[in-house]
Amino acid sequence: MAKIGVFIETDKDEVKKTNFGAITAALDGGKNEVVALLMGVDANSAQETLAAYGAQKIVQVTVDSADLTASPDLQARALADAIQHFALEGLIGLASARGRDVFARLSAFLNVTLASDCVGINFEDKTVRKSHFSGKTIATIKLNSDLLLCALRPNAIEAQKALADSQVESYAASVDAPGLVKVLEVKKGDTAKMDLTEADVIITGGRPIDAAENYKMLEECAELLGAAVGASRAAVDAGFAPHSMQVGQTGKTVSPRLYIGCGLSGSVQHFAGMKTSKVIVAINTDKDAPIFQKCDYGIIGDMFEVVPVLTEILREQTGQ
Amino acid sequence: MQIYVCVKHVPDTAATITVVGEAGYNDTACKFIINPYDEYAVEEAVQRVEKAGSGEVVVVTVGPEAAVSTMRAAMAMGAHRGIHVKVEGQFLDSTLTSLALKAAIEQDGTPNIIFTGRNAVDTEGFQTQYRLAAAMNLPVVSEVVNLEINDGQAIVQREVGGGTRETLEMKLPCIIGATKGLNEPRYPKFPDIMKAKKKELKEIDFDQLGLDTSVDQTELLKLEAVPERSSAQIMQGSVREQVNELVRILTEKDKVL
Ligand SMILES: Cc1cc2nc3c(=O)[nH]c(=O)nc-3n(C[C@H](O)[C@H](O)[C@H](O)COP(=O)(O)OP(=O)(O)OC[C@H]3O[C@@H](n4cnc5c(N)ncnc54)[C@H](O)[C@@H]3O)c2cc1C
Repeated sequence: MAKIGVFIETDKDEVKKTNFGAITAALDGGKNEVVALLMGVDANSAQETLAAYGAQKIVQVTVDSADLTASPDLQARALADAIQHFALEGLIGLASARGRDVFARLSAFLNVTLASDCVGINFEDKTVRKSHFSGKTIATIKLNSDLLLCALRPNAIEAQKALADSQVESYAASVDAPGLVKVLEVKKGDTAKMDLTEADVIITGGRPIDAAENYKMLEECAELLGAAVGASRAAVDAGFAPHSMQVGQTGKTVSPRLYIGCGLSGSVQHFAGMKTSKVIVAINTDKDAPIFQKCDYGIIGDMFEVVPVLTEILREQTGQ
Repeated sequence: MQIYVCVKHVPDTAATITVVGEAGYNDTACKFIINPYDEYAVEEAVQRVEKAGSGEVVVVTVGPEAAVSTMRAAMAMGAHRGIHVKVEGQFLDSTLTSLALKAAIEQDGTPNIIFTGRNAVDTEGFQTQYRLAAAMNLPVVSEVVNLEINDGQAIVQREVGGGTRETLEMKLPCIIGATKGLNEPRYPKFPDIMKAKKKELKEIDFDQLGLDTSVDQTELLKLEAVPERSSAQIMQGSVREQVNELVRILTEKDKVL
């Protein structure tokens, strides 16, 4: 049995749901012992949710007289110290923007191999599976360091409940050097909007959305689906949506259980960011659009007609 | 301002990748380009030097013989010269790449800024810039969408999900991983492409750098083509019938609603 840490990401003092899949991965069907590491939030408040997925130890990592959220270097160093203190054989996390950054800092600091944006881990032979070439190939990579560091693509591994007896602990990490990089300001995005990488369901509007205000139509539908709204690069470049909504190679990489693409041609670069979705639905006026060759279900039709009907039907079903 | 830009030679994102053997691909069948994120890096470096009216932009590439075309493309965008660390093989571990970049840069001069892209679109590693920073003991921020330089300090912004923007500060010299939003990379004009052909390009063999290759490395064991989904099941009937059928399938068969 290996002792594996999971770096828990939080948002507005809450544990992000996507961490649960990372705990499931770390637990490896009960073969490993999982230590959850948190920063900046109260571990007690997170205990119940994390233990439900199998975290046996929930540790709040702090650094005396320093604000850990003020420097990503400091966070990486505190994690390095915690790994040693708890004798962890591996640390798993999420390949979100923050996770990618912290894991890369940590691996570089420790001189340990790392794979980011992985869709699978095998603890026995220390291999991971991850995308190469914009999702066109999957690489199996061996991580040759003693310590296994891996950041997982959010939602790539389905979370499974596995209630564990858990303890909460606090650990004051000792970090000798201050970070070289300092956070000056954090400007929160639109808090009403769901983060794309977190979402279980995504509905995306491509170039034919034609105007920023037309995303309202998708937002209404998204609300009933419990979905986040995405955009293609063509729509972002045309100024209809902010870059934070872009899905694809130069945008967000997402893996929801349902992806509904409205007015998307099905470009390789868009698919690089959402190909690992469980079910993909396309709504497109052109029956020959390439997207129909690489999705699960299709509706040939105008999204401005189809989406309102979908919204209506969902509304009837949910009785809202 | 002495600026180094690390640039990778990668297959075009639209290229078909045909797997060959256990862990290789047919690289003679696809078009290669400058890694798209590195274009933002080159553009930013060139604009900085243009604005300052002095300084130099040096492109550094660790890659095969054929990577010269990518280096020339960066020079056509305005980089002044290039250093090419030649390696054989299709994949080089990111730790070794960063050590090679460090050695090549340090042999050449003293950087004020080193730019990279946020990631390479072939191996999607997201880490070379961090390893380079750790090896050189420099601060690093990646996925940068905005950069200001004041009094030897770099103030950068990056997006961290949900539209949240973080502003960070670090001292020069530093390393910056560029991404979309930082600028609009230029399309070189014909005279620039011609001029680029005459710019200085220094070649170094990877083995000549005398690097310690006993460091921990990742090993690519296998490369597999991802099977595309087969064509979609198309809904039939009126719009309402089609949507009803879709909702039924998603709820009952796939259980994703
Ligand atoms: C290096 C690089 C990186 C890139 N990164 C990304 C990325 O991250 N994300 C991304 O999305 N793209 C990216 N692209 C761009 C990509 O190649 C495509 O250009 C882009 O995805 C196309 O967007 P689209 O599908 O919205 O628009 P289009 O290609 O214009 O397709 C629109 C589709 O909508 C259909 N349509 C028209 N009207 C309607 C209607 N009323 N109802 C329903 N359907 C309709 C049309 O039949 C068509 O199929 C990148 C490109 C490059 C070169």
